[in-house]
Amino acid sequence: MSSSHNLSAPGTPGRVCGTTGLGVCLDAQRFIKLNAVVGIVFLLLGGIAALLLALTRWQTVHLLPADWFYRILTFHGINMLILWILFFEVAILYFACTTPLNARLYSRKVAWASFIMMLIGGVMVDYIILVGQADVMMTSYLPLLAHPLFYLGIILVAVGTLVGVFNFFATLYVAKRDGAYTGSMPIVTFGALAAAIIAVVTLLHGAVVMIPTFTYSMGWTAQPDPAWYRLIWWGLGHQSQQVNVCAMVAVWYLISHITVGAKPINEAVCRSAFVLYILFINLASAHHLLVDPGVGATWKIWNTSYAMYLAVLASMVHGFTVPAGIELAMREKGYNRGIFGWVSALPWKNPAFAATVLSVVIFGFLGGITGVTLGTQQINIIAHNTLRIPGHFHVTVVGGTTLAFMGLAYYVIPLIFQRDFIFRGVARLQPWLFGIGITLLAFGMSFAGSMGVSRRSWDIDAQGVYGPAAHLWLGVLGIGGILAFTGLLVFVLLCVGTLIFGKKIEGRAMADWGTPTALAGSTPGSLAHDHYAVKGTMVLTLVFLACFAVYYFANWKALADVWPVR
Amino acid sequence: MSLRPLTAPWFHAPAGFEKIWLGCAILWCFVMSLMMPYWHFRGKQNSTGEAYTVTPAAFMARVDKFVAANQVGTYKNPSSSNPLLQELPIVEPPAGGDAYLMGRMWMWYPALRLRLGETYRIHLSSVDLQHGFSLQPLNMNFHVLPGYDHVLTITPTSKGEFTIVCNEFCGLGHSNMSGKIFVE
Repeated sequence: MSSSHNLSAPGTPGRVCGTTGLGVCLDAQRFIKLNAVVGIVFLLLGGIAALLLALTRWQTVHLLPADWFYRILTFHGINMLILWILFFEVAILYFACTTPLNARLYSRKVAWASFIMMLIGGVMVDYIILVGQADVMMTSYLPLLAHPLFYLGIILVAVGTLVGVFNFFATLYVAKRDGAYTGSMPIVTFGALAAAIIAVVTLLHGAVVMIPTFTYSMGWTAQPDPAWYRLIWWGLGHQSQQVNVCAMVAVWYLISHITVGAKPINEAVCRSAFVLYILFINLASAHHLLVDPGVGATWKIWNTSYAMYLAVLASMVHGFTVPAGIELAMREKGYNRGIFGWVSALPWKNPAFAATVLSVVIFGFLGGITGVTLGTQQINIIAHNTLRIPGHFHVTVVGGTTLAFMGLAYYVIPLIFQRDFIFRGVARLQPWLFGIGITLLAFGMSFAGSMGVSRRSWDIDAQGVYGPAAHLWLGVLGIGGILAFTGLLVFVLLCVGTLIFGKKIEGRAMADWGTPTALAGSTPGSLAHDHYAVKGTMVLTLVFLACFAVYYFANWKALADVWPVR
Repeated sequence: MSLRPLTAPWFHAPAGFEKIWLGCAILWCFVMSLMMPYWHFRGKQNSTGEAYTVTPAAFMARVDKFVAANQVGTYKNPSSSNPLLQELPIVEPPAGGDAYLMGRMWMWYPALRLRLGETYRIHLSSVDLQHGFSLQPLNMNFHVLPGYDHVLTITPTSKGEFTIVCNEFCGLGHSNMSGKIFVE
């Protein structure tokens, strides 16, 4: 099979993209389609669940009865955090290891095996939740016990994903061996590789914790210790979020490149940041156990300082290099006036670009700042298990990752499914609707959580301790939920509608979403050696740091006001 | 180029604004890293995770013994929608002494009466599922696991009636699960 994995080899099933001129492996294309479509179906299911939940936590509406609230909450977590994200990530991996490297997918059979296992597992889990046999939340903390099919389904999804990740690694290996490309892999593939490596470590934790829980649920073995379960489960639960972060950052680099021609201002620094994710995020999962019994202060502080902050540093690096790449590209196109002159010339009407900018801002300013603060050992005392926690992760994994993935779909569908979007005007608004909705939702959650409202609770009135302000913020949560759901529904309808009714693209270029044109007299690469060109980004990141510091120390102040405890 | 392999040498040391930002970010990570050990020694609110293994039956026996020895009254709340919470013993541990608080589906047992400014060792455990000890309206939160006696050394510094909410999902009655701490 020497050099058969090169897309330019004779007899290779591939095509040349009419828009980018890059080679597309038809096998990879098929599995990108399958995984993306199934992912979007799970996104819709999880989204319907999200609407029902938001309308229940909005205490004035209080839609669902208690049993269905907990059932739908379990369903929402599994569909969003596991099924939608993993299916879409496998699609991204298949793209990242083929087209950018001019390589073809290692194996169709392996890809089928992965897809079928993931699909069976996903359907199994959803079924067993909906028939009421697994009201255990996504975390399924022991001694809560679900039907064995719940654990078996998750194991199948995890193994299927691992098989898909294997296909990715094998494709990279063969492409390198057969010389499909020369030089170093591009940053998008590098980011996907980091995501894949973390995914392997993550899914191994999943196996370690889920297999004994499955055998316990079958009555074959004794109950695993609940503290042990939490420790290992979060090796799965948190690290999998770092897979999302890696994939999201890779998508940021990809879309900012496609839309404005941005490239990393320093490849070495960007790549090092991905390596920091790989090395440190495992230990940083400790921040889920900050107020747990049995794990000491030294262990908690060590893992959440040295380990976590090196992963945080990585995000702060990408938070600079992504906008800096965009700014530099714009300045080289001639939009060089003042500090922010380039901002108004950005392609704000391009939905993929808008989604990316919103994703960077929401992830960084809201998700990042809250996450690091809540993950501070002592501050966790005033945050653990309150609505502040979902308030944080809805602006990372939804406002960040999901929104970036939605942005990607505005190029995946024309380039891979080869159909132009229908209702393009609506598509241009969709990222804004979704982004604003999810931001409102997260504000509602965070402020209600600051007032002590707990997460995963069907009702707050029986306690009699929450006043009108908490109720008001739960209303904000509800309205944000409705807006975000509308944005999600519009997205799904646009995608599905385009797959059916979209105008076919064969051989021609896709309809342009809008990209900034270079002004007369500008030269590409003119600022490559001006290390002080990205003034706007420098100002923005300093504003970010100031917001971070204010929020961080305000939380220490809030902590200092509660009872002394040790 | 982000989408095509890199052929030219791409290793460059950070320079200019990028170097400044890296410096700021690293410095900030240092500040955050140092805040936690600083607060551990100089701050008053810490989670040390002090815990001992205990079986649910043994913990329940300690709670019963604690209630029998220290009960000072009965908390009556006949209007509560949770029948388990309509009547609870109020127990006052000796100042500086141990108090036992049991989480179970769906109550925190018993109610505690504490004195302002005194320090107590509160033993938290669960006899069934995982629970979340969430003291409101202060908003102090600790995790409670079956099999572990989680000891909080706590000093009330405000008077009044406080409600313990459960903030880890523990079944259908979860949102009704609460308890009381009175500080005088």
